[in-house]
Amino acid sequence: MTRAAAAATAATVFDLAAGTLRELNQRLHDLTPETARVPWRILHPRGAHAVAAGVDAAVCIAIEGHVGYYCAGMNQHAEITIHGMAGVGVAENMMSGLVRVQGSASQCAGATGHGGLLVIEGDASSRCGISMKGIDIVVHGSVGHMSCFMGQAGALVVCGDADDGLGDSLYEAEVYVRGRAHGLGADCEEQPMEAAHRERLGELLERAAVPGARAARFRRYGSTRRLYHFHVDHADQY
Amino acid sequence: MCGIVGLYLKDRRMEREMGGLFATMLVCMTDRGPDSAGFAVYGNEPPEGWLKVTVRYSGGGYDWDALSGRLGRRFSCEARLQVNANYAVIAVPAAAAELRRALAELAPGLAVMSIGRSIEIFKEIGAPASIVERFAVRKLRGTHIIGHTRMATESAVTTDGSHPFSTGMDLCLVHNGSLSNHNRLRARLQRGGIEIRTENDSEVAAGYLMWRLQQGNTLAEALHAALGDLDGFYTFAIGTAGGFAVLRDPIACKPAVLAETGQYVAMASEFQALAALPGIDSARVWEPKPAQVYTWDRAE
Repeated sequence: MTRAAAAATAATVFDLAAGTLRELNQRLHDLTPETARVPWRILHPRGAHAVAAGVDAAVCIAIEGHVGYYCAGMNQHAEITIHGMAGVGVAENMMSGLVRVQGSASQCAGATGHGGLLVIEGDASSRCGISMKGIDIVVHGSVGHMSCFMGQAGALVVCGDADDGLGDSLYEAEVYVRGRAHGLGADCEEQPMEAAHRERLGELLERAAVPGARAARFRRYGSTRRLYHFHVDHADQY
Repeated sequence: MCGIVGLYLKDRRMEREMGGLFATMLVCMTDRGPDSAGFAVYGNEPPEGWLKVTVRYSGGGYDWDALSGRLGRRFSCEARLQVNANYAVIAVPAAAAELRRALAELAPGLAVMSIGRSIEIFKEIGAPASIVERFAVRKLRGTHIIGHTRMATESAVTTDGSHPFSTGMDLCLVHNGSLSNHNRLRARLQRGGIEIRTENDSEVAAGYLMWRLQQGNTLAEALHAALGDLDGFYTFAIGTAGGFAVLRDPIACKPAVLAETGQYVAMASEFQALAALPGIDSARVWEPKPAQVYTWDRAE
């Protein structure tokens, strides 16, 4: 028996076709450091909202199907893999841990996240990483418009293209794009990629397991810091 | 809020299952729209040269047989009549304008919901489950169907304010969102001769499309023009004789998910409405891009 198969047989299985979402989330919230050692498999999510939201334990959770809104929201410590597509606001306000979406994600992925790593293996829709506050987000594909809007801290890594308005009103979040940025938002500009940036990006690409990605092929975008404080000469840009 | 669902069959063997699959989709969107619900179903075309009209009586006990008889005598035929709750679908060999005139004369108390070769529109206030029950939606057969569950924001909860809205022969529109320039646009359209019956913003979007099509635009041209002329938030699904179209505004706050297999194309506000469709686990599932017109048409 392989290690993966052994882990699968040992997992706690919760079938959302049979049990309720409240019951599932309550059981996940009740995990202790000891009980969190057993991995979880969640079956038949069928697009349900708030699956595995608010988990606060170092547990491995596999969600086997497409999920609705706010999946893995507020995650702390857990490693959550979605074997499917995620709806609006996956891993929103994540504090720590790892959330991996094997399909694509809808808008506002990783919104307001404070920490941890969100990996989206497909594309992310608009407003990916909106108001991010320390989370790192790696998208294997492309992101929609207004991504990293008001990004304060953390890194958004886009291996494909970024639609219009990238990094609008950006604070100190770092943005890396390998493909084309179709338009930068107010106060966002391309900035030189230095050794420290390459190192950080390389480490994120490795953790996110992006096949064949090399940090040297990315461009970096950051804030011009002109819109931090209101200045009447910039009134047209707010 | 509001919920939108649509199902377009590529595999005609699925036509028998259409009503059952669609009913599940519509009821699933109750949380997004508990105030009223409606749908436009396509299929069951009458003979060449005939048109179908769907009419609604707001009271009870209408004498549909008598109306059908009178329409038959007017158009020298045996009119085809199908009654469904307080609605009836009547087919006669007539042009749309003649048919409208005849109905205004013979049955002024009825509301015309749709006219076309293929379309039938049904809608009422109440929870989606009650609409499914009332119109025996699970038994419906057809080629495609789009539906809407409404959470009213811009105007009152009435049948006239419910979706779909007819936008011309075999065309209809459902809307999730809100328009901010509908008052001025309504006045402009009314001056241009488009009849708009309610204070509802979505009816204005439907009227706008009707006006564009009357100007000679194709549906795709009309939808591209809408991106410039409609201000507000919207995800639209537009039913056509041969299929349907989807459009989201450039900001794309209002959700939409599409799924396609070899057998069907399905659309919904949220994935959960698609979760019970056959083969959904292996379907291509994606989110339509902002400001992009998507169309599926049997004729293409």
